[in-house]
Amino acid sequence: MFFKTTIAFAAAAAFSMSAMAWEPSGKVECLAPADPGGGWDFTCRSVGKVMQDLDLVSGSVQTVNMAGAGGGVAYAHTVSKRKNDEKLIVAASTATTTRLAQKQFPGMDASMVKWVGALGADYGIIAVSKDSKYENLNQLMDALKENPRSVKFAGGSARGGWDHLKVLIAAKAAGAENLPSIPYLSYNNGGEAMTQVVGGQVDAFTGDVSEATGFMDSGDLRVIAVLSEERLPGKFNHIPTAREQGIDALGPNWRGFYMPKDTSAEAQKYWVDAVDTLYASDEWKAVMKSNGLIPFHPKAGEFESFVTNQVQDIETLSREIGLLK
Amino acid sequence: METLGFLMDGFAVALTPYNLMFALFGAFVGTLIGCLPGLGPANGVAILIPLAFTLGLPPETAMILLTSVYAGAMYGGRISSILLNIPGDEPAMMTCLDGYPMAQKGRAADALAISAIASFAGSLIGTIGLIMLAPVLARFALTFGPAEYFALFLLAFATLGGITGKNPMKTVIAAAMGIMISTVGIDISTGTQRYTGGVLELYEGIDFILAIVGLFAISELLFFVEARMGKGRSKVKMGKMTLTFKEVVSTVPTQLRGGLLGFIAGVLPGAGASLGSFISYTLEKSVLGKKGRFGEGDIRGVVAPEAGNNGAASGALVPMLTLGVPGSGTTAVLLAMLISLNITPGPLMFTQNADIVWGVIAALLIGNVLLLILNIPMIGVFVRLLSVPPMYLLPIVTMVAFVGIYSISHSTFDLYFMILFGVGGYLLRKLEIPLVPIILGLLLGPEMEKNLGHALILSDGDWTTLWSSPLSIGLWLVAGLGLVLPTLVGPILRRRMRNAIKEGPVSD
Repeated sequence: MFFKTTIAFAAAAAFSMSAMAWEPSGKVECLAPADPGGGWDFTCRSVGKVMQDLDLVSGSVQTVNMAGAGGGVAYAHTVSKRKNDEKLIVAASTATTTRLAQKQFPGMDASMVKWVGALGADYGIIAVSKDSKYENLNQLMDALKENPRSVKFAGGSARGGWDHLKVLIAAKAAGAENLPSIPYLSYNNGGEAMTQVVGGQVDAFTGDVSEATGFMDSGDLRVIAVLSEERLPGKFNHIPTAREQGIDALGPNWRGFYMPKDTSAEAQKYWVDAVDTLYASDEWKAVMKSNGLIPFHPKAGEFESFVTNQVQDIETLSREIGLLK
Repeated sequence: METLGFLMDGFAVALTPYNLMFALFGAFVGTLIGCLPGLGPANGVAILIPLAFTLGLPPETAMILLTSVYAGAMYGGRISSILLNIPGDEPAMMTCLDGYPMAQKGRAADALAISAIASFAGSLIGTIGLIMLAPVLARFALTFGPAEYFALFLLAFATLGGITGKNPMKTVIAAAMGIMISTVGIDISTGTQRYTGGVLELYEGIDFILAIVGLFAISELLFFVEARMGKGRSKVKMGKMTLTFKEVVSTVPTQLRGGLLGFIAGVLPGAGASLGSFISYTLEKSVLGKKGRFGEGDIRGVVAPEAGNNGAASGALVPMLTLGVPGSGTTAVLLAMLISLNITPGPLMFTQNADIVWGVIAALLIGNVLLLILNIPMIGVFVRLLSVPPMYLLPIVTMVAFVGIYSISHSTFDLYFMILFGVGGYLLRKLEIPLVPIILGLLLGPEMEKNLGHALILSDGDWTTLWSSPLSIGLWLVAGLGLVLPTLVGPILRRRMRNAIKEGPVSD
């Protein structure tokens, strides 16, 4: 026991925290609201590993999978049964905010948890097949403005899901009207949707940049816009952003965490700092690089308002297309 | 020759010691499942699914395990047909006709050996057919748009009962139940929740792996508890092997004919392995005419149906892998497994998951060699296992099912759900409502709905788009035939099958 405490203190000292600061002792739990193998599961496992490697936690980080309702089961569990557990963080992403905005978690909203921070993102893209007549986003949007039914989109999420919303975000920013009548075909996953676009059955693909790598490398798919603030690093650098084409549309699919609401301010500060330290580390940069994650990290304290705004935006959009009454 | 290269890569996947071990295990368990009367290949594969999850197998290993079980079950079915005159599974029915008389004459060991060779030949021919046909069909499938896919799924539903199926109403009821279950959860084309009743656990729909393991495996357990609890069967004598090389050679034409016919029956929708073995038996009978003594223990009467049903087993994989439309119950279960491993069957799978597709195909070839080895020198082991009391087997199967389902989602809710499905499956089987159409409805219903929606979005709501291409018109015509043929030809075929079997009465 003495030994463990010593290590805990040593770790605390090493990361320049005052001796009085709150720190979790023993095992920490990371709740992945999906089956093993998915994005949230990846978030928990990779963050848990890097946190242990960096000695940000004294004990181990255990990933617990709790699938159901697209994260709703885990959200309900956090809100009701674990509301003051300070050793619990839950993986989240844009899928979480989308469902919160569209009231897909009955009786729950985004203010019922504390939002800790984001650790990277996958950015939305709009792409066409290599033989398409659309050379850039403006041409595509002009066609939409003339007749909303003229461009048909395919994506891997349900109607009203994140892939569909990205089309609407871009169309709205471009000034298109009559958003609900833009045809959107939903497929089981991005790969299926892309095949239809490459095969010429559907006009345009909406998805995340990580999904499109294969078809982009083979040259079958032409990415006409990425919905990020600046151009992406590395091999994605040639893709123009929507912003530089004069269309102010952003679509980051971020990955991050929330924690229970009735926890102390010290515990919250500890987790926010831990995520900051983690994000700045070389170990995490390596994880991001090998998994196609792109830098995205609102400053401490800004994440909560980022989430609130995103939920607000999605809610407005969903109302406009008639998904919410 | 591109195919050969892929196949070589497939062998590289299948020949790793880890995968080879699971292929061997699957072949062994499959043979055992096949030879236990009443336990068919679909149930067998369903029972093994939770094991794949319990062990956390990677996708290619999981698929290799399950296809080996599938191939093994096709081999195993003959054992009890020959020794006990009870078909181990439905396709092995025809093997009773000459297999049991051979056993009565003291040639049980010969019948088992020659039928193992015939199974090998049939399976080999079927797998070669699969290797040649699948990539071609997969490329062809790229020309399918939503309208064509809709017509294809319609065809699958129309031929669901099979040409020999009796009581089409029960098939329709079962398929409708499957489709109804599949509508629970979010509807991807409108983004709204359907039939969830505010229960969070239902928001993502009902996992079909749960339904399959419940309906097949748990109901099977209940049946075992009811009918076969207690002591095993008495031991069966096998006799010495007197099979000569000349005799084996003399059956080669029969093996080739049987395997080819079986393969064709397997690829065609609505035909399946039972019909494959029936057709090849009857063909053999008419080709050889009076030269053979069919029904009295003719060796070719054992070879023909075994080559036929094993050929059909490989043939049935073709539409499942290339189009995502299973032709039989077992391939439906395999399809469900593929989908839950996040692999979408069809043309995309042949490019994106080439290692899995070709690994599985190579594993089929390797599995066949393993099965031949298992089924000739080691046949005594299986014969002895036939008499193991189920009371030792049942607790193991139950434990694996529960642990496996729990390890998918870590949710006790799912376990209750699985038990619910198991009890439901038990009741349905008591009412003689087939379970396979439920699974097909569950798997294909949402796809059909999705493609209909997409076709209508693409055509701006014009329904004629559904039959506007020659391909879709062709599919509609075949679907129409699939509905009409069973009522015209079905009774005749069924009568013939029944008559053929009357010659050697089947108990159990």
